Formats: sequence, C-alpha cells, structure tokens
Amino acid sequence: MLELLDINTYYGNIQALKGVSIRVEAGEIITLIGANGAGKTTTLMSISGIAPPRSGQILFEGRPIHDMEPDQIVALGISQVPEGRRIFPFLSVMENLDMGAFLRRDRDGIKADLEHIFEMFPILAQRRHQQGGTLSGGEQQMLAISRALMARPRLLLLDEPSLGLAPIVVRRIFDIIERINRESGTTIFLVEQNANLALKIANRGYVMENGRITMEDKAAGLLVNEDVKKAYLGI
Amino acid sequence: MEYFLELFLGGLTRGSIYALIALGYTMVYGIIELINFAHGEIYMIGAFTALIFASVFTLLGFNDLSILLLASLAAVTWASAYGYTIEKLAYKPLRKAPRLSALISAIGMSIFLQNYVLLAQTSDFLPFPRLIPHFSFMDPIVHVIGSAELVILITTAVVMIALTLLIKFTKLGKAMRATAQDRDMALLSGVNINKVISFTFIIGSFTAAVGGVLIASHIGMINFYIGFIAGIKAFTAAVLGGIGSVPGAVLGGMVLGWTESFATGYVSSDYEDVFAFSLLVLILIFRPEGILGRSTTQKV
Repeated sequence: MLELLDINTYYGNIQALKGVSIRVEAGEIITLIGANGAGKTTTLMSISGIAPPRSGQILFEGRPIHDMEPDQIVALGISQVPEGRRIFPFLSVMENLDMGAFLRRDRDGIKADLEHIFEMFPILAQRRHQQGGTLSGGEQQMLAISRALMARPRLLLLDEPSLGLAPIVVRRIFDIIERINRESGTTIFLVEQNANLALKIANRGYVMENGRITMEDKAAGLLVNEDVKKAYLGI
Repeated sequence: MEYFLELFLGGLTRGSIYALIALGYTMVYGIIELINFAHGEIYMIGAFTALIFASVFTLLGFNDLSILLLASLAAVTWASAYGYTIEKLAYKPLRKAPRLSALISAIGMSIFLQNYVLLAQTSDFLPFPRLIPHFSFMDPIVHVIGSAELVILITTAVVMIALTLLIKFTKLGKAMRATAQDRDMALLSGVNINKVISFTFIIGSFTAAVGGVLIASHIGMINFYIGFIAGIKAFTAAVLGGIGSVPGAVLGGMVLGWTESFATGYVSSDYEDVFAFSLLVLILIFRPEGILGRSTTQKV
C-alpha cells in the first residue's frame, strides 16, 4: 500500500533521514520504534508532504506522492495524527472535527461518521461546543484521532499517541487503534516510544536509529529480540 | 453634551475607517505573521481607482448614488487584484525565507506603489467628488452627524458583520482560523494554504478599498501619500486591539478614532497624533499583546 524507497530528508543542512525504506501492506498495523530524535516524526512528515524528501521515492498504491502537496496527499486517503495532538486550540470540538472532513463533500457520509465517532467517544459529544484547547490531554488525543478519522483515511499515521497520557488512558487509546484497524480495515502506521505497547498490537515493526532503519521484523520477533529488549523495552 | 456627542460620533467615523484598514493588517498577520506594509497603498489605490471611475461615470451622466456604487465596485475589484498580485510577487517567493526578508519586501512594495502612483498620476492633491448624497431627513441632527458619516458608519457595520459571519460560519473562514492557529496541522487536514493566503489578501484589500472610497468622498481630496498615513494609523489600531484578532482590529480602530477625536476637540488638533501614539506606547508597555490579543503561550 505504502512504500518508502531510500528516502533522504533534510532540515536545512541537517540530514534527518538517511536512506529510509519502509513497506506497509494494506490492512496491517506496522510500528516504527526508536529513541528521541531518531527521525520517526520526520518519516511521517515526509509521507504527509510537510517535510518532503530531497531524494528517494514514496509510493502510495503504486503512485508516487513525494512531489505532492500535503492537501493532495490527504485527498488520496492518508491522514496523520501528529505528535503532541495539535488540536486547534481556539476552534470548538465540533469545528476541529469539521476540519478533519475538510476535503469531503458527502454530507450524509460525514454525518454518519460523526455519529460513529460520538458513539466511540461519548465525551467528545458532551464537549462538542467547548474549545479544543480546554480539553484534557486524553480527550485531546481522542479528538485528534477522531479528526483524522473524519477524513475517512485508508492509511492512518499516528505519531506517539501515548505521549504524556496516564497509563489507563493509553490503554484505552490503543484499544481504539486496534478497533479502527479491525472494524474498518484502516491500515495503521504507528510511531511510538512505548515500544512494548506498540509491538503488542502491531503485525510488523521497524527500528530506527539516527535516521536509519536498523531492524525490521515481525512484531513478535522484535519483542523477543535481545537488542530491542535492551534498548527499547527496558528489560 | 452635544459637543461630546459630536466628537464621539466623529471619532466613531474616523475609527471605522481605521478599523476597515486594520482588518487587512491583522488578518494577514494572523495567517502568515507578516506586517504587510504595502497595505496602506492598497487603500490609496482603491481611492484612486474610484476617482478614475467616478470621473468616467460623471462624464457619462450617471447620478451620484450610482456613481458611488459603481466606483466602489471598481475600486474593491481593482484593489483586491492588487492585493492578490502583491502577495504572489513579493511575499510568496519568500515564504520559506527568514521573516525579515518578507518584511523588507513589504516595505519595498509600499515605496514602489507610492512612487508608481506618483508617476502615473500626480504629486498634487486631487479633488475627489463628494459622492455620498446629502439626506434631508438628517437635517435636524446635522450638527452632530452628517450624511456622509452616517453612510460610513452603516457601510462599516455591514462589512464587519459580513466578515464576521464569513470567518465564523463558512468553510473558508474555518480554514483561515485553523491556519492562523496551527499552519502545519491545517495542511495535514487538507487545507490548501495558498488559497487561504490569497483569499486573506483579497478580503483585506477589499475592506481597505471600501475604507479608501468612503473617506475620500467624505474628505474630498486624495494624493499618493494618503496610504502611508492611514496605514500607520490603522497598523497602530491593529496593534492596540491585538494583532491577529479581528474584533481587536475593530475595537483598536474605534479606540484610536475616539482618542484622536477627543484630543482634537478638547485639547488641540496639533496634538492628535501625540495622543494616538502615546496610547500605543502605553498599550505596548502595559499590555503588549493588545486589548483583545491572546498571549502566545498555549497548552500543548
């Protein structure tokens, strides 16, 4: 479904990604784990067109997307839940969700998806007229995921959804991620520092260090890999 | 009391014009964090366009009110085209450059447009026809507020309300607010940022041109330099109200208008600018984010 072929991305003169190649198959959950500053967020931003690669190719369903504008990429069916949630603080919960459906024209479909989201996260329905910035961290994460879902993506990119959340909320968020994948068949590309949790729900995983992919395996394989255990699982 | 009321309404009229121009500064700043120094020139070009079209329509024998409407229509269209083009030529190529580059480009654009009009037209003051008709029903209160002032107040109110509705309820308005709050996230939601920026420049130029036509036909004279003075005042109004905030620009315009009007009425017209800019200094010292501005710290 998605293929990154030897991409190199720079911030000014600093090379953040060095020859990264990743493959995502339709319907799977893949995870990219690694330390702070390894290049995980940059990888997602390269896919979304915010930090386009200087060289290399990104193919979505066989079509090159590395030269496209971010809005065109969203239109193809790739949505991102960025690190830190990035809720529009002065838009209401409703308006934040509307922004997720920005490119859609099918009113009925939008309405149905909205109902589905309110059923999944009743708290958002309760707070629909509240400003996004006034929500708690967990609620903001739910809103961020919901906003991305409102675009009805076929590929959902999630950047550190567990960041700064209480363990019980993290558990909840991960259940939801699995549910999205299972119920609507949405392919999920999950970036996480919490490697343990991420590898438990993923089919496959990649490990990133200093802008390079250093390991790639089935998630179950990475969970028992000695190097991964030492570096990322804290065992 | 009547004198006070006269000054109050005079300040409100003056403030309306400042507010119409300030909207352009504040919206552009909200979206791309640029002080568009060429914005005052858009207002001036609006007034000149109206003058040219008004002259033509006068020769064709139209009546005052239809001249006012047609000339205004021409002015806002022309000015919007200028605003759109200026962004594409002078700011878009510099979008990834350091912010100072775009600012300098804006100042250059302002100087260029002033001199362009100076060369293409004249350096003298040109008489502008008083297009706003005198309403006889205003006669009993004409010593407090004239017909022209009434038209200015009503037009400004209509423009403000329309703009507020547009920003609050349309898809484009939502995209503008989202872009102002978090540009990358707006991109990730599928917003075409170029369209939003162009649109912002068009609306800002539109309101500035409305202000230009109204004030020119009220005062009755224009020259190539009016945009500079009005631009500085409107920029002050935008900062007073809190740059980036639309209601702030309106409030800032009014506060500035009243300050000048009362200073002129009770102290001396020589000191109107002293009071206006002293107010700016005080605001910058005690409330740098402006009256309605938001402090930049946000919850992450």
